[in-house]
Amino acid sequence: MAEFFQFLVSGLTVGAVYALVALGFTLIYNASDVVNFAQGEFVMLGGMVTVFAHAAGVPLPLAAILAIVVAVIVGISLYWLAIAPARGASAVSLIIITIGASIFLRGVAQVVFDKQFHKLPSFSGDTPVQMMGAAVQPQSFWVIGGAATVVLLLYLFLERTLVGKAVLATSANRLAAKLVGINTATIMALSFGGSAAIGGIAGVLVTPITLTSYDVGTLLALKGFAAAMLGGMGNPFGALAGGLLLGLLEAFGAGLSQLHLQGRVRLHRHPRRAVRGAAGPVRRRAVERV
Amino acid sequence: MVRGKRLVLEISNLRSAYGRIEVLRGISLQVRPNEIVALVGSNGAGKTTLLRALSGVQPAKGEISFLGERIDRLPPHRRVARGLVQSPEGRQIFGSLSVEDNLRLGGYLRKDKAISEDRDRIYDMFPVLKERRQALAGGLSGGQQQMLAIGRALMGKPKLLLLDEPSLGLSPLLVDQIIAAIADLRTKDIAVLLVEQNAVAALGIADRGYVMESGLIVHDGSAAALLADDRVKSAYLGIA
Repeated sequence: MAEFFQFLVSGLTVGAVYALVALGFTLIYNASDVVNFAQGEFVMLGGMVTVFAHAAGVPLPLAAILAIVVAVIVGISLYWLAIAPARGASAVSLIIITIGASIFLRGVAQVVFDKQFHKLPSFSGDTPVQMMGAAVQPQSFWVIGGAATVVLLLYLFLERTLVGKAVLATSANRLAAKLVGINTATIMALSFGGSAAIGGIAGVLVTPITLTSYDVGTLLALKGFAAAMLGGMGNPFGALAGGLLLGLLEAFGAGLSQLHLQGRVRLHRHPRRAVRGAAGPVRRRAVERV
Repeated sequence: MVRGKRLVLEISNLRSAYGRIEVLRGISLQVRPNEIVALVGSNGAGKTTLLRALSGVQPAKGEISFLGERIDRLPPHRRVARGLVQSPEGRQIFGSLSVEDNLRLGGYLRKDKAISEDRDRIYDMFPVLKERRQALAGGLSGGQQQMLAIGRALMGKPKLLLLDEPSLGLSPLLVDQIIAAIADLRTKDIAVLLVEQNAVAALGIADRGYVMESGLIVHDGSAAALLADDRVKSAYLGIA
């Protein structure tokens, strides 16, 4: 029972991050039909900018806000500099553009930052909270709570504001959106910005648990993409469900197999180890397919 | 004709192509204030392309003046802001949004406070929309979707309403209802450029008409004259 709860919390924590990445995919895909493989780089930027700003003496909350702002600027620039000029290009061309952007951003990060792994201090210390016999990292609450807050705010924005409805209208029917006077280019830029903000927030929240480096985005983009596909591309609730499900599958898969093999439970503390550790054949096949 | 009053719409030598195929080959026409102008012609004549070019969602060359100002270089949303609003062919409603949200988005660019009054006026015009205002627009019947598309366009406070095939696929009773609603727009200071496959019905409420064929205007005149013209009758109206 204690193990079960341990895996559950760990799965929900990782799953919340996948869900945020998947939500980022969904937001951009709905507004512009683009599958943005640079989504993981927003997460990387969220983590890396926070780490380096914090190391330079900026207080953690400010560093986090700065990182999210940087991610948003990069996201909007990605739209205006790379996607908007290719208007009318095929879906495959647009995907290739985003893959190129992702490689470019990774390269820039490698030069601007470095190639090391970095850690952020946990927001509320590292003393585990005992719950139902399991030791839960306080940062897990930040990740899960943060993800829930993002989802709630996004929902309120889309359902309760006119601009949010314009985003939904653009995704429902772009021609009609133009004909009622919605500037669809601005809406798409907004969705790239919003998506980058979501990714950046995920990066800030998860870095104290998983560490970050210039290339964490690749794997996160694949996981987020898998989650988005699992939930049905373009469906925000599906993205959430897909992300959480993928996280739980990983945690239970890795946890149970390690429990069986090694007799102990371990929280993923390292992205590379997380790949090797998760013995789930489902996910390995998914990675090969991509 | 009407001197001293400026034209609502004046197009001269408008051309547009899909790749190498020229669909509009030099169209010139005018719409005067409070006028209903019918644009008739067979399928593939370029009527829908013309309306799309006017709204700025189809690239075109040539001059388009709206209320005395050139608009041919403006993006679609700035044309809507000036009062050039289209209800497109095939309804093109926002299916995953509610009827009420569709109407609200019709007034997306409006900053004035009269939006809810205008919405109530649309509900008076099409009471069935009021009954189903919380329903998703995609679940409405074809006729209801058409009413919604027209209502949404009216929410944009048009000075000129472009209507593309408003009666397509509707039962005769609904066609009469939609056509009557369009005729009624004249009293609301809205000029209408109406594209209709049901040419007799369109010319029946129009002041003037243009007949299009393969990207060119081949006849024009008062609606009554076009309805009486033997060549027009046999070629476009299906009346022997």
